[in-house]
Amino acid sequence: MLGQLDFSVIAPGLPFIWEGLLFSLKLTVVAMVGGIFLGTLLALARISGGPALAAFATAYVNTMRSIPLLMVILWFFFLIPLFTGAPMGAEKSALITFTAFEAAYYSEIMRAGIQSVSKGQVNAGYALGMTYWQSMKIVVLPQAFRNMLPVLLTQTIILFQDTSLVYAIGAKDLLKAAEITGKNYNRPIEMYLFVALVYFAICFGLSMLVKHLQKRIAIVR
Amino acid sequence: MSMIDIRNISKWYGQFQVLTDCSTQVKQGEVVVVCGPSGSGKSTLIKCVNGLEPFQKGDVVVNGISVADAKTDLPKLRARVGMVFQHFELFPHMSIIGNLTIAQTKVLGRGADEARERGIKLLDRVGLKAHASKFPGELSGGQQQRVAIARALAMDPICMLFDEPTSALDPEMINEVLDVMVELAKEGMTMMVVTHEMGFARKVAHRVIFMDAGQIVEDATKEAFFGQPRSERAQQFLSKILQH
Repeated sequence: MLGQLDFSVIAPGLPFIWEGLLFSLKLTVVAMVGGIFLGTLLALARISGGPALAAFATAYVNTMRSIPLLMVILWFFFLIPLFTGAPMGAEKSALITFTAFEAAYYSEIMRAGIQSVSKGQVNAGYALGMTYWQSMKIVVLPQAFRNMLPVLLTQTIILFQDTSLVYAIGAKDLLKAAEITGKNYNRPIEMYLFVALVYFAICFGLSMLVKHLQKRIAIVR
Repeated sequence: MSMIDIRNISKWYGQFQVLTDCSTQVKQGEVVVVCGPSGSGKSTLIKCVNGLEPFQKGDVVVNGISVADAKTDLPKLRARVGMVFQHFELFPHMSIIGNLTIAQTKVLGRGADEARERGIKLLDRVGLKAHASKFPGELSGGQQQRVAIARALAMDPICMLFDEPTSALDPEMINEVLDVMVELAKEGMTMMVVTHEMGFARKVAHRVIFMDAGQIVEDATKEAFFGQPRSERAQQFLSKILQH
């Protein structure tokens, strides 16, 4: 069986697969940056917002964390045209959905990070005349971020793997590109094997980085 | 005029009352030591002075500005009131000089060069100029606390609050911190100091306040307090900590 595999189809398919990989990476980076930014705001709303703001943020985070990502992707993709009257396009829809979804997970990580910074540090900032936002920006968030860096990266690895789900709405990510190439050359097995290797290489590389960072942070402490 | 005027403040944590009707004044240039057993409310009282701890009744007026007044710009007031904490609370992700300049630039709006110059000058004063580019984790506790004092002084404070500045230090490091504080007191800095260091109180304090169970039990001149405290509770406390 294996002897019948023909990996020579990979080379001509590479430019197309490369485009798919670029979209997967773009989706990962946009959802990570946007997710950490929104997630930090959600975490701050839960920790020090008023009761209404905290309740909204909690409800948002719990809802997102209780629904499968695939459902959110499909929902958003099919629901938005009902409101706007025009389809948004799979790529754009995926970017927005992932940012909104990941924000919920990143917010839980940032919340733990913010709470890992002692009240004394916050008081020291206040005692020097800092406002709430200054003490957050200058004192708390940099420490929270540093403490949580390995966990944030681990979440990003999961996020990168999850981007493959957008193939359900036809967005051309790494997986979709491989599937199309596989069909074009009538060699789907080879393509799926190859693309699995690409996912593995990237995720394994990143998790090595996480290990390295964990060690470094342990030393700094 | 009093620099710090604490007027009948009371504070509760839920049902539990931690401060009961506390009043005292600290005049300009005066050094007041606050002592008392743990849990007596000393730290809570001193944190009320710059509004780090909210209180439900009474008021604290610092240099004519009310802390309880909702219209008061608390960050602006705190920028002028130096505070030193038990656990130093240097910012661990910034270098020593970064710790000394960050609030000068971000809060007071000083230029980077001016802030740096002021920071280095104060580091020199506490004998740590050579450590400017190190990080807090590389310094001993005593050194960190001296940096913390320099950080507060960099803001040109009108008065200084010390919340048990030597309680978290190894014995051999206590004196290097107390020396800096004694020098400050001699220069005429207005200081309110929560401490158990009775030697320090004897040396530089003008007045000693003794607290117990959230109340100011005794508020006397140093001579009167060490000579003959009026309250029995203060006598017991003194006899216990001065025995050895």
